[in-house]
Amino acid sequence: MTATAELMDYADVVARFDPVLGLEVHVELSTATKMFCGCANVFGGEPNSRVCPTCLGLPGALPVVNGKAVESAIRIGLALNCQIAEWCRFARKNYFYPDMPKNFQTSQYDEPIAYDGYLDVVLEDGEIFRVGIERAHMEEDTGKSLHVGGATGRIHGAEHSLLDYNRAGVPLIEIVTKPIVGAGERAPEVARAYVTALRDLLRALDVSDVRMDQGSLRCDANVSLMPKGAEEFGTRSETKNVNSLRSVERAVRYEMCRQGAVLAAGGTVVQETRHFDEATGSTSSGRRKETAEDYRYFPEPDLVPIAPAREWVEQLRTTLPELPWERRRRAQEEWGLSDAELRDLVNAGALELVAETVEAGAAPGEARSWWVSYLAQQANVRGVELGDLEITPAQVARVIALVAEGTLTNKLARQVVDGVLDGEGEPDEVVEKRGLKVVSDDSALLAAIDEALAANADVAEKIRSGKVAAAGAIVGAVMKATKGQADAKRVRELVLERCGQG
Amino acid sequence: MGDLTRLTAAELAAKVHSREVSAVEVAQAHLDRIAAVDGRVHAFLHVDAEGALAAARAVDEALDSGEAPASPLAGVPLALKDVFATRDMPTTCGSKILDGWVPPYDATVTRRLREAGVVILGKTNMDEFAMGSSTENSAYGPTRNPWDLDRIPGGSGGGSSAALAAFEAPLAIGTDTGGSIRQPGAVTGTVGAKPTYGGVSRYGLVAFSSSLDQGGPCGRTVLDTALLHEVIAGHDPLDSTSIDAPVPPVVAAAREGAAGDLTGVRVGVVREFAGEGYQPGVLAAFHAAVEQLRALGAEIVEVSCPHFTYALPAYYLIAPSECSSNLARFDAMRYGLRVGDDGSRSAEDVMALTREAGFGPEVKRRIMIGTYALSSGYYDAYYGQAQKVRTLISRDFAAAFERVDVLVSPTTPTTAFRIGERVDDPMAMYLSDLCTIPANLAGNAAMSVPCGLAEEDGLPVGLQIMAPAMRDHRMYRVAAAYEVARDAGAGRFADRAPELGA
Ligand SMILES: [Zn+2]
Repeated sequence: MTATAELMDYADVVARFDPVLGLEVHVELSTATKMFCGCANVFGGEPNSRVCPTCLGLPGALPVVNGKAVESAIRIGLALNCQIAEWCRFARKNYFYPDMPKNFQTSQYDEPIAYDGYLDVVLEDGEIFRVGIERAHMEEDTGKSLHVGGATGRIHGAEHSLLDYNRAGVPLIEIVTKPIVGAGERAPEVARAYVTALRDLLRALDVSDVRMDQGSLRCDANVSLMPKGAEEFGTRSETKNVNSLRSVERAVRYEMCRQGAVLAAGGTVVQETRHFDEATGSTSSGRRKETAEDYRYFPEPDLVPIAPAREWVEQLRTTLPELPWERRRRAQEEWGLSDAELRDLVNAGALELVAETVEAGAAPGEARSWWVSYLAQQANVRGVELGDLEITPAQVARVIALVAEGTLTNKLARQVVDGVLDGEGEPDEVVEKRGLKVVSDDSALLAAIDEALAANADVAEKIRSGKVAAAGAIVGAVMKATKGQADAKRVRELVLERCGQG
Repeated sequence: MGDLTRLTAAELAAKVHSREVSAVEVAQAHLDRIAAVDGRVHAFLHVDAEGALAAARAVDEALDSGEAPASPLAGVPLALKDVFATRDMPTTCGSKILDGWVPPYDATVTRRLREAGVVILGKTNMDEFAMGSSTENSAYGPTRNPWDLDRIPGGSGGGSSAALAAFEAPLAIGTDTGGSIRQPGAVTGTVGAKPTYGGVSRYGLVAFSSSLDQGGPCGRTVLDTALLHEVIAGHDPLDSTSIDAPVPPVVAAAREGAAGDLTGVRVGVVREFAGEGYQPGVLAAFHAAVEQLRALGAEIVEVSCPHFTYALPAYYLIAPSECSSNLARFDAMRYGLRVGDDGSRSAEDVMALTREAGFGPEVKRRIMIGTYALSSGYYDAYYGQAQKVRTLISRDFAAAFERVDVLVSPTTPTTAFRIGERVDDPMAMYLSDLCTIPANLAGNAAMSVPCGLAEEDGLPVGLQIMAPAMRDHRMYRVAAAYEVARDAGAGRFADRAPELGA
């Protein structure tokens, strides 16, 4: 039996069931150092090159809280309209796993730093959906395991495993929603919109790289179904490894269809961890939890409680940036966008990118057009999020400037962008290396035009006799001869001039 | 030159600093003594003759070039409990699971000793991971009490105390989680102090129970112990629980006390620490000591601390709970013992086999008790309840210190028992720490000073003096005054131990 045979049609699912979602988002903070030690907090690098006794969990080593991480946690909490705890502690979450150096994770349990907030998210049609925030708490990331051999890339069945602790101890904020009910058929969309809004918010706060592809923003989606009208939640599954905004939506949708099929067949949904497969868009069962995991939480005795002074919290509140939804309203006014245009921009995840491009000197219309069309298309082709393309807003602004000053045609500009995306350097370097400058020297063009006219004497005669439409063929020949680097409009003018029609 | 090993640390320092003898000669004399007697005592797990002589040579060179001594103890040898990380010597904690492990870093205590010019002779034996009261739980065989080689030297720091009593070192470092400095001090006729929790950095002290562990000084005299206390104490930014305040003036207090006048000092005798289970000779020696204090001018008051009775059960929930988490990191993945890694087994199996082979029975017992006590459903009844008892004990201390300056009791209910006598009876073993545990639970300062020999067996008895948090100097003053009176006309207490012969 294939996986698809076990899925219920989506329309049937939402006709018969109400979905309940719970989203847990882990955000790696972009602090200079790790959560509890002085090691640099940078993505990747030579394995085990950024480690010390503390983040390796060596016997005797002790943690010291990164004050900047606490500050970021409080700012995130404030931006999510949360209460900030007057007093809270870290706790140890005890479980054995090879990539966890101490075999306990220093986290927060019943005393999170921020709790009870909400985030308003804008859906595609402009409707606002309020997602309740249960809590945001601080913790440390684990190392990474690379399981070699075996079919799944997971620890079971692997021949051996390699451990990299560079990520161990990186500061994480875990943001947990309250149960999201009432989204109905829009549940997958709400899930995606929530993670998108959260990502935009975190980016505006400048606390994280929020790159889902590098794991600095990770989402676990809890999904359950209950019969329409019921009040008691159904059994949920927790889908991990959801590494893009699109996957969030797909994973939720898939789980709804899968659980719908299970329930419709009289079965019961198993409480388990599931893995999302980007390639197939399906989820598969993780290892079944034979018994409920008991993490034996207790207050971390190596750290002292955190009691953020109220004055400090209020001072941090004043550092909050313009919130994304306020930002959108302002952009709409300043750039003169219709509701639909704004929505396209937001849905493409391009608003901040356009804003930065405008800030770098580009006209709003041009900036918007680049990001929502050609660059969006390139992101799609390359399978990355728009913001993860290897081009900066400043570089896009430079390309737009080159077009505006006549150095590039739009067609050439796209080639320059390709060059930047392929890592060939700054736009000006790409122009230079690829020799993409517009041929604007009339004498060079005239030589090419004369050559084309000579080679196409019959066409030349037609033009001279007033059939100016025939000029297209000569323009085409000249463009071909100049490898597209001429301004077609100018070529046309010169052709007509040459044939006495100017 | 006389026998340098019979001198106090203060006397040795004076001779070295005046260049009457060299630090190398002092170190060599102690290394010779170790070579002569340690085969019978087994105080050391590792002797670093080369390192010690090099450190001594560095002190000599600095002094010869006219530099002031790096500290009042520069050039004096010391025995370091094998629970402190040393980058040039193995750190095993008396466990097979860390056999041969050489840390890549120094503990803060280790670093401070080196910076003070103290010459580290080697690492001393201990109950595995500091769990025990006899040093019989060491994976490397027991240490013997120099007063009677058939008897235990106390624990867990039996190696450090035995090294002092056997004149193998004039100074030693111990750690005290439930009495592991004071109880060995008592049964070997030496001095040991547990500073206020947070007074001495725990960075690099391999954790047994983080909220209770405290490193501290050991010596044969009160002044030596105070001098060492000031070398190792003080705020450490690497330990979040370290107190950021000036070190209590313990050396000045020891010198003041040595004048032999305790007029105006109020001494409280803890009513609960007497009666059944206490060896008559211990109580007799204790009462004689109290009378001695009265004779020195102290006001003696009987004080009741009703919750001290619950200290032992509370301790045996809190300490195992924390240890079950602290010792989780010994999993064969990064360092230490690895068992069963023949390519056929999973990481989980290797972890389990390694822990089975690497930990001794007492450690396993406590890990199991702690794991149970922290389990969901039992947490409130055990760990939570024990924390409440802890608060009540702190209140008992607070109330008592309203009325008196220091509290006194016997350090331990009996003198040194015979090796093997209590190994099969954990409860009897645990009772050794009945009187010492309250100070660990409350975090205040306490020390043991020898107070004569028990009539029935001629073995040393310890007087425990307890002081409020960060008032460590009070107990040193009382101890120094008592010491002077005790030794008047009788010679130094430590010299009464039978000669081991060389
Ligand atoms: Zn580190």
